Amino acid sequence: MSTAPDLTIAKAVNAGLRRAMEENPRVLLMGEDIGSLGGVYRVTEGLKADFGAHRVLDTPLAEAGIVGTAIGLALRGYRPVCEIQFDGFSFPAFNQITTQLAKMRNRTNGDVTVPVTIRIPYGGVIGSVEHHSESPEALFAHTAGLRILTPSNAQDAYWMTQQAISCEDPVIVFEPKRRYWLKGAVDVERPTADPFSAQVVRPGEDATVVAWGPLVPVALAAAQAAEEDGRSVEVIDLRSLSPIDFDTIEDSVRRTGRLVVAHEAPTFGGLGGEIAARLTERAFYSLEAPVLRVGAFHLPYPVAAVEDRYVPDLDRILEALDRSFAY
Amino acid sequence: MDAAPSSPAAHVPVRTVPTPEVRTRLVRLLDRDGRRSEDPVLSPYVRDVGAEQLRELYRSMALARRFDEEATNLQRQGQLVLWAPMRGQEAAQVGSARALRPADHVFPTYREHAVAIERGVEPAELLTVFRGHSAGGWKPSEHHMNVYSIVLGCQVPHAVGYAMGIDLDRRAAEAEGREVEPAAAVVYFGDGTSSQGEVHEGMVFAASYDAPVVFFVQNNQWAISVPFSTQSRVPLAERAAGYGFEGIRVDGNDVLAVLAASRYALEKARTGQGPVLVEAETYRLGAHTTADDPTKYRLREDESRWSELDPLLRLEAHLRDAHGTGDDYFADVAADAQAFAEQARALVLAMDPPVFEDFFDRPYAERHALVEEERAWYAAYQAGFADTDSNDTGSNDTGSNGTGSNDDVTADDDGAGPDRGTQASGLTVAADPVSGVPDARTAGTEEDLA
Repeated sequence: MSTAPDLTIAKAVNAGLRRAMEENPRVLLMGEDIGSLGGVYRVTEGLKADFGAHRVLDTPLAEAGIVGTAIGLALRGYRPVCEIQFDGFSFPAFNQITTQLAKMRNRTNGDVTVPVTIRIPYGGVIGSVEHHSESPEALFAHTAGLRILTPSNAQDAYWMTQQAISCEDPVIVFEPKRRYWLKGAVDVERPTADPFSAQVVRPGEDATVVAWGPLVPVALAAAQAAEEDGRSVEVIDLRSLSPIDFDTIEDSVRRTGRLVVAHEAPTFGGLGGEIAARLTERAFYSLEAPVLRVGAFHLPYPVAAVEDRYVPDLDRILEALDRSFAY
Repeated sequence: MDAAPSSPAAHVPVRTVPTPEVRTRLVRLLDRDGRRSEDPVLSPYVRDVGAEQLRELYRSMALARRFDEEATNLQRQGQLVLWAPMRGQEAAQVGSARALRPADHVFPTYREHAVAIERGVEPAELLTVFRGHSAGGWKPSEHHMNVYSIVLGCQVPHAVGYAMGIDLDRRAAEAEGREVEPAAAVVYFGDGTSSQGEVHEGMVFAASYDAPVVFFVQNNQWAISVPFSTQSRVPLAERAAGYGFEGIRVDGNDVLAVLAASRYALEKARTGQGPVLVEAETYRLGAHTTADDPTKYRLREDESRWSELDPLLRLEAHLRDAHGTGDDYFADVAADAQAFAEQARALVLAMDPPVFEDFFDRPYAERHALVEEERAWYAAYQAGFADTDSNDTGSNDTGSNGTGSNDDVTADDDGAGPDRGTQASGLTVAADPVSGVPDARTAGTEEDLA
């Protein structure tokens, strides 16, 4: 890594956007407050000044309008990158994303592609008000035609931003907003891996924990704590939520025999269930215990004062590991 | 034209709607009896339209109408899963589409059949959407017309975004000193769709970015069973002022007024003067779709009144009275329309049904691991039938399905159709979708798995 500055995830996304805009004049940014303000998280800071108001559009406050016009721009040959300000505001655009963006290529039998990128800061524990802390990834992963990435570190944030933009398919990038200030090395010459693959970020032998986005550091901390108790826990950063790299999980589970899936989204109907089912089918005879899920409760995301009780933390992951080892 | 539709039955709530002051005048260039009148703003846009062009417009309207009837017939005969008739809206569609240039880009609802034909879409291709064979029917890139939007309202921001792209292209070209062909996006929608929030959002974006887009509203008075008065208390053209661009109301059954208004609006859009909304007041003479029953919600007298305002009758009267067009011309058009409809029928019935396996190619442009896994699983699953189906060989074998379902396929015997390919099995499978016969292509081609 000859050029490996330490960047926060927010700065890494910014650098990724900048590079994509430099390399392709058809790349446009669209969103609420992303221009002069630089976005509520300052992820797009400085880009309007450098690329102009015709490439960094401060849009009207209308999420369906943002995604809908992005689809039109893509049909005209542009590569729009939409910022949805907060996860909970993706729902006004849900119709455009699921009935139009996801299906346009299928509808036209491949005659048109809609290479739109949608950046959605997601996840909780930021001490905010309702609709600012949700993890709606399963709702989008259920829709064929979309791809979904979620970086957990600066290196992936830098590269996945560019890989999403250059992909011919629509890509949603869920950005772990509570980790925007997490610093890490960024190799600006080489991406880590295929963006649609999972990565083993900590090798282990006794159990596997799959996590993504904001829970990856929590899973790593849980693995560290488990090691102090004599358990060797492998941690996989899933990275891509559509498609999901089940092969990497299967390889791990065949070695460890135990699997815990952790996500911030509610357990019920979450991607953890899909992973549990798939891995049970693929590695039934390798499993020493049922696949266990760690997620949030079947409750609307609670108020800030109690959110730390709602979102899975290190102890909840350790508790699941204990249950797994008890079989 | 201006009266609210009357209520057909006591159980339909009768609303007392205060008549708002109509500030936007209704432009009409052909009156109900077919006499040509003048409008200071719009008449100059159709000065060039004489007898020959009017006859061409009439011909297109007549062909579209006959095609529309044929499609309804096809649905009734079980050859289409659904049809959305456009009868009564021929002037609004042909008049507006005739004003387009090739580089303009159209964003339709699912009822813009005459617009599609004007854009060069093969009628049989269009019918494949309603035959359950295709989700889109045609290639948007070939016709500069996107495929039908079935979730209404979604297409409005698409058109606005496309228009924003046209404007960005123009700016880039000017910066580089290049010539660029002026173009506009045109989005079609109706009175029902006008209530969708995405129409509002699209119009806000259009105004904010001065997008070269024309909002072409066919107010056909009914959103399935809900009358226009439930969608809006003012003519839709009046809403334009709220967004800061121009709105025009035209008699949508007057093809000349529609053509003039569309040319006017498109010229403004193409020359950087921002969006324009055109409201064409018309009437859906037919049902919403072939699954609809308008007698449940609207009065026959209402339909009769609008039937007298039929756009084809009006143009015919004008052609006969003002241009001396005689019976021979109208007989020729009727014959052309009959042939046009018959050809569409023959072609669509001759088209092969889709192959399920091909749908794995469609949702993603780049390889998607899950789709590939499921594609491979399904191929292996299908191969498992190879042994038991080994006697059902060949794609032309229709014996197990019977041949009776082909009886009403008129193209079968005349030999006039195009290359029919594997027509026999195609038609049979289409007519009998629950036959359960496994895909013949895999039959006998796989190794015996037992």
